[in-house]
Parts: sequence; C-alpha cells; structure tokens
Amino acid sequence: MRTNRLAAAAVLATALAAAGCGASEPTQPAPAAQPQSSAPAAPAAPVKLTYWTWAPNMDKIVKVWNDKNPDIQVTVSKQAGGDDAAAKFLTAAKAGNPPQLVQAEYQHLPSFVAADAVADLSAQAAPVKGEFSEGLWRLVTLGTEGVYGVPQDSGPMMLYYRKDLFEKYGIEVPKTWDDYAAAARKVREQDKNVFLGTFSSKDPGSFAGLSQQAGGQWWSIAGEAWKVAINDQATTKVADYWGKLVDEGAIDDMPYFTPEWNKALNDGKLLTWPSAVWAPGVLEANAPKAKGKWAAAPLPQWSAGENASGFWGGSAVAVSAKATPDEKAGAAAFISWLNTDPEAVQLLVKEAFIYPASTKGTQSLTTPPAYFDTQADFWQQAAQAAATARGFTFGPNVNAAYTAYKDAFDKALANKSSFTGALKTMQDATVADMQKSGFTVAQ
Amino acid sequence: MKRIGLVPTTILVLGALYCLFPVSWVVVAATKTPGELFSTATFSFGSGLFSNLADLFAYRDGVFWLWMVNTLLYAGGGALLSTLVSAAAGFALAKYRFPGRNAIFNVLIGGILVPGVVLAMPQYLLFSKIGLADTYWSVLLPQILHPYSIYLARVYSQAAIPDSLLEAGRLDGASEWLLLRRVALPMMVPGLVTIFLFQFVAIWNNFLLPFIMLGDDGKFPLTVGLYTMLAAGANQPSLYNLIITGTLVALVPLIALFLTMQRYWRTDLSSGAVKS
Repeated sequence: MRTNRLAAAAVLATALAAAGCGASEPTQPAPAAQPQSSAPAAPAAPVKLTYWTWAPNMDKIVKVWNDKNPDIQVTVSKQAGGDDAAAKFLTAAKAGNPPQLVQAEYQHLPSFVAADAVADLSAQAAPVKGEFSEGLWRLVTLGTEGVYGVPQDSGPMMLYYRKDLFEKYGIEVPKTWDDYAAAARKVREQDKNVFLGTFSSKDPGSFAGLSQQAGGQWWSIAGEAWKVAINDQATTKVADYWGKLVDEGAIDDMPYFTPEWNKALNDGKLLTWPSAVWAPGVLEANAPKAKGKWAAAPLPQWSAGENASGFWGGSAVAVSAKATPDEKAGAAAFISWLNTDPEAVQLLVKEAFIYPASTKGTQSLTTPPAYFDTQADFWQQAAQAAATARGFTFGPNVNAAYTAYKDAFDKALANKSSFTGALKTMQDATVADMQKSGFTVAQ
Repeated sequence: MKRIGLVPTTILVLGALYCLFPVSWVVVAATKTPGELFSTATFSFGSGLFSNLADLFAYRDGVFWLWMVNTLLYAGGGALLSTLVSAAAGFALAKYRFPGRNAIFNVLIGGILVPGVVLAMPQYLLFSKIGLADTYWSVLLPQILHPYSIYLARVYSQAAIPDSLLEAGRLDGASEWLLLRRVALPMMVPGLVTIFLFQFVAIWNNFLLPFIMLGDDGKFPLTVGLYTMLAAGANQPSLYNLIITGTLVALVPLIALFLTMQRYWRTDLSSGAVKS
C-alpha cells in the first residue's frame, strides 16, 4: 500500500484539481455541518491556528498579521529546530493532535507527505507560485501536482573565507576544488596550526549541498518505486575528494557548530567555510572578533568554467492534514502572506534573519549583513549562488539517511577508512530503512 | 588511622572535583559575553554576567520566568503529590496484610527496572487519546506514581513505625485514617523528605517527558525551553551565552531547596545510624 504515496497523492490532487476547476473552494469536501456559503478566505467564526516554528522573533511578525486579521488568529509556539521539530510533528500527527501550521525543512517535507501529515494546498497556494523560483517551488511540490507548503527561506551555498589571512598566506580565492586542495596544502606547509577548512561528519546537510553542486541525485521516483543513489558517481567524487584531503592531513576533521570549531574560527585557525547564505548570522554569533575579515565568493567548481552551487538548509511552512477546511483556508492565507507579502518578507529578513525564498524578497536586499559590511556585493553574490544552485528530490526517510551519514563518516574518520565505503554504508542503510518502512525501492 | 583515612579522602575529593568541575565551568562561562565565550581562557571570568542576565530575562518578553514558574509547578506539585501517594502506598504495603500484597510489591519492584524514558512515548499516545496531551496534567500525572519512592516509603515505614504502636492506637479506638495521619506520617517525615527531594530533582531535570508531551511553548519547563534556544535550527546561531546563564539561574532554586531541607536530611541520616 505504501509503495508510492507521493505518486498516489499526485494523481489524487490532479483529479481534485480537475473536478474543482475554476472554483476557489477548498479541495477537501467540507463536513455537512459547515455552511456552504462560507468563503474559504473569510470564515464565519474566527479561526485559531497554532504555528510550530523555530525562526527567531516569529511572534513579532505574527503579531502584525493578527492585528490586521481578527478572523484568523495565529499563535506561535517556538520549538527546537531541525530534525527534532520534524520528529515531534510526525509523532503529534500520528497521535492526532498536530498544530495546524508547521515549519518544515525541505528535506523533511517528503516524510510528512508520506505519512499523510500535511495537506495539499494546490488550490489555495496556486496564486503565489510565481513568487518563487522553479527550483524552490519544486521542493514543496516534490515534482507532483500537489503543493505541500509555501517556501519560506533557502540556503544557497557559497565559499566564505578569511580575506586577511588569505593575503598573509599568499592564497588566491580558489576557483575550482583542485585549487582548493592546493591551497589547503599550501597553508599546511606554512603553518602547522592552521587549516584551510574542515570536513564535518556531523552535518549531512552540508554534505548534501556539496553533492547537489556536483550533480548528485540521491533520491528519485521511477514509476511506482523509489530509486536511491546516494553513492552515485557525483557524490562518490565529492566523498573521495574530502576523504583524500582529510587522510593526507591537508584539512581538519572537526565538526561544525562545536565550541572547538567556534574557537578555531575566533583564533584564525580555520580559513574557509563552504556554507550557506545564512552563515553571516552564525559567524557573527560564534566568531564576533573576526567581523569584517570574512568575505564570500562562489563555491569552488569541479571543472573550470562551470557555475553551480547547492542548497544547505531552508524551509517551508506546511499545513496539517488534520486541519478543518476553515482552518486550512485561513492557514493558507496566512502562509501566503507571511512568505510573499513585501512587508512580511521584510520582517522575516530583519527579525528572523532568514534569506527569503520569495524572489522579490531576495531582490529587495541591498545592505550587506553587518558582519560582512566590507563586502558591498554580498547579496548579489548570494543571488548568483541561488540562481545557480542545483537542488535534488529528497526521499521520505531523510532522517535515516542523515543518521547513517553521521554514523558512517564518524566511523570512517575514527578508523581512517575510506569515505567511499562510508558512502556505501549510508546508501545501504537508507535503502534498508525504506524497505523496512514498506516503500518499494528499485535496485 | 591517618593512613587509612588518606585513601578514602582522596577518592572523595576526586569525586567532588569531578562533580563540581562542570558546575564551576557554568559559573565562569555565564560571566562571559558572546565575544569572550570562545576566545578567552576557559577559566578566566568575563565581563558580561549582567548583560547576559538582562538579555536572558528580556528574551521573548521574559519567557524564561514563565518556564521557571512552570518548572516549579511541575517539580513542586509533582513531588508533593508523588510523596503523598508513595507514603500512603508504602505504609499500606508495609503494615497491612492483604491478598495480593506480595504480587503488587513485586510488580512495583519490576517497575523500578523500567526506565521512564521507555514509557514516555506510550504515555504520550495514551494522553493524546484522552485529550490530555499538551496540558499541565500530561507532565504532572505520569510522574506522580513512582515505584522507587513507594519502595523507599515501604522500607522506611517498616523500620520506623513499630507495629505495637499501631496496635496501641487501634486499642484506643483510632480509625485507620487517623493512624496514618497522626501516627504514621509524623514518624515517616525524614523518609518522606528524602522522597520529596528525589522526586523534585528528578522532575526538575526531566527533559524527555515534557519534550514529547508539550507543544505549547508557554507550558515548557526550563529544560525544554533552554533546549529550544540551543537547537535553533541549522541556519540560526545557538544562543550559547543565554543558555549557559539560564542553566546557572536554574540551579539556584535547587541549591536553595537543598540548603533549607538539609536539617531533615541530617535527621534522616542520624536516625538511620541509631537504629540497629
């Protein structure tokens, strides 16, 4: 039965969209008790919605909406972010008491869809489709006819580097990954305490972004079955590359976001960080002393003349499948406003420190982040990275794949074994987990 | 005597250092501004304690105080109810003979072996069914029945309350309820204080149960609230200095509780020493 819920959902959505062609009624049939005349955008009784999110200061942004829309009142409940939030939402959905609105990282959305936990908003969210790039919109449709959320933020990747220390060690900004490797060796020759970069075995999101850049496609839907190709050629190339650098000691192997890493950034012991557009906030908080010394450049390429990037992070706002039609309509109106209205997007940038998904929102960014105030073209760089970033389809068990990544690469670092082997372990664990959950996986 | 005392003393001092080292780190780290946290020597004091405190109390309009009140409610209310239930159950198991007494006691012993972590998920599903998930009760109720506390209460009342005293009370015409209230409970106080403190600390530190049960951030206890500040999502910096300062402030009520309850502990220890 669970062979391919995504495909089934897509077929269902198409049928419903065809049936309700031109009408603005919600796709779900309203219960008999609901008055037929109530328009979806303005329900008779005030709708109360709970919104699980981890974006900072979201309460302030929601207050602006609540003041203007007495009929649709949203309450923010701030949760722990990332994987925890996804697991908690899935559990709540299974137990039958999920919030109506939930922030969902793009990689977790497919697991929500597979569990029938989020509503298809193809009818309500259609008007805002044009506000987002094709690539981002694909992340909320999962390549189907359905729409399972409205994009909020995105994380195109760039290479962040210490300008001042690059000058000190006589390094050019690397254009290709080969340049990057050469620079890494050059740094080590001059100073044994300094590394050009580090490979983090704790951040599968970063590795996924680098694999996207190389052209990896970890999951795809082939007819009735899922295809898993985590150890495809492109990703193997990425894993090999970093494995070799770690093995010869050209780069460090400490994980990101640890006190040790913070200290290295502060002390100038780490010169680069291939990271996403949200890096300035992290650097500002964790390495405040180096303000103005970092700069952003395009990610190094696999061959000269290419121009590609990947995504690390980013999220959408989804609506629970358990929400009533009135709640769904109100929720769709709210998330459309939140992520496309110029005032709301401005607030998201200013208060929640996100890089907005809305195309107009990214264009409205002019003043570089305070930490990068010496780089006037920061947002142009970001826009270019966003335009060239390759995404990929995420599968329904990203959690399992990411856990396997951490285990396998941790072990590879500890045993000094090959990264290709770790990648194979990750692939096998992901396939096994999908089969155990009842998905058909094409070999 | 001196030579014998040296080894245990050394071991105890090492143990104390081992326990106090992380705490002292928290105390020192709480004084550092975000800029100093990762750039100054680990055990040199910073200059930001007051700005950290001000930032912490201003965070999301003072939600930290709400979490503190919630934690006091969960830990205080939960521990009090748990102590009363344990006292009554332990007393009954120790002093009354009734069919099934040993069976109940054995089940309780088995219950001690089941870690609470394992039960959190099923409890969440059950509470969801009866519509109590995401309420104060969902965190309070599961922590009231605590097998180990009942076990302690049974052992304590068995040793501390002479059967002859209860017999004398019955001969004088006291009801069983009066015996429990006026004879048994006062004699069990030192044991009950121990149970109360155990439970209070356990609930104060409990993370998983409230994390699973609660969705509304206005009902979070400190543990879960501070965690939302730590796991702020991949693209948001963790609020390290606020979390560390919050941890330090969260220690204060616990320390205060132990200092005020100390004389009961002493009574407890000495009463154990005198008994043979």
